[in-house]
Amino acid sequence: MDGVHDMGGTHGFGAVNIERDEPVFHHPWEGVVRAMMQRTNGRYYNLDEFRHAMERMPSDEYLRASYYERWLHAVETLLLEKDVITRTELTEGHATHPAPEATRETEPRPALEPRFQPGDRVSTRNIHPHGHTRLPRYARGRRGVIRKVYGPFRLPDANAHGDHHAWQPCYAVEFAAQELWGDDAKQTDRVCIDLWESYLVPEEKP
Amino acid sequence: MSHDHDHDHDHHPEAPSPVEARALALESLLVEKGLLTSEEVDRIVSMYEHDIGPMLGARVVARAWVDESYKQRLLEDGPAAVKELGIGYPPATQLVVVENKGDVHNVIVCTLCSCYPWPVLGLPPTWYKSAPYRSRMVREPRTVLEEFNLNLPDEVAVNVWDSSSDVRYMVLPERPAGTEGWSEEQLAGIVTRDCMIGVARPRIPAESAAR
Repeated sequence: MDGVHDMGGTHGFGAVNIERDEPVFHHPWEGVVRAMMQRTNGRYYNLDEFRHAMERMPSDEYLRASYYERWLHAVETLLLEKDVITRTELTEGHATHPAPEATRETEPRPALEPRFQPGDRVSTRNIHPHGHTRLPRYARGRRGVIRKVYGPFRLPDANAHGDHHAWQPCYAVEFAAQELWGDDAKQTDRVCIDLWESYLVPEEKP
Repeated sequence: MSHDHDHDHDHHPEAPSPVEARALALESLLVEKGLLTSEEVDRIVSMYEHDIGPMLGARVVARAWVDESYKQRLLEDGPAAVKELGIGYPPATQLVVVENKGDVHNVIVCTLCSCYPWPVLGLPPTWYKSAPYRSRMVREPRTVLEEFNLNLPDEVAVNVWDSSSDVRYMVLPERPAGTEGWSEEQLAGIVTRDCMIGVARPRIPAESAAR
């Protein structure tokens, strides 16, 4: 989805604010949130569903929320949606029904022949799905070169929406900074993005 | 506060903030349902506060600096190479180590969320997860690096790695001149978290350089 989470290249966020010697957790509740996520992720939801639950936050809330506030929102949202907890239980503060049986994704990684090899020229599709995707907006409809072949990994666009069997090869695709940002970018600079096979189409050799 | 995580929520001196109250309400439900215990929370917090952090990545870098064949293995297969040093690497993600050279500087970011090689670097700093870093690093890396006091000459190419898949990236910085004959432990001492993200380069402390 074309949400505010897809921040690459966006103007207006100001300078990077560097906190010296910052603690691992700023508040004890942040550690609680991390632990709740780690104990429920992979049992009641997967990481793509988790990311998408954050992306589904209203844009203004997403931008106002701290990192662990987003996590809390996502864990709460998914546990409600998966009937692990109910809204009434949350409001009343005690459990009234047991949690459903957890599921574990144990499907082995299939052997898939990658369509592309390092050095191949590709371009990215210009897609704007309503759901989850890991093809960032700033890299859609751009030309790049395959650098590394990975996977197969589950396609996040499917795995976030109930189809957990859509395995695909994935690639580190290198883009010239000027291809992404125009002539103001430096000619020497590159951005590498990991992209799933279905995001890519072969580019004719020049 | 982070180093003596006290799980005794009932004796909090002030009323919890709204977000804290929400987190604790969810926690108590999960405990009631048998999905979590407060010991597990303490164990997970303690693991990130004490056991997993940039000191692990620094050991990996120092070994790669003194042992060329280890470096090659590290660049070939990150998880296997870090396991050689007794560092656990979970199977859920891959680790790819990218090497800085005289004419190439690598830096990592995750524009879509905040993916980070936590098994070797620990949890990411707040700035790494912030909108300014996520939005700007892919577009104007040199300007962002200047904010970290890293000024790269024009002839050095910048490679930005936007971690969008199950692959996590870590930067292998260049070993600085003047560290010849140093022990692995000494070398690890100059490899900071920021060097392995790519927003800094290892620096020799003034007193060592003077010796």
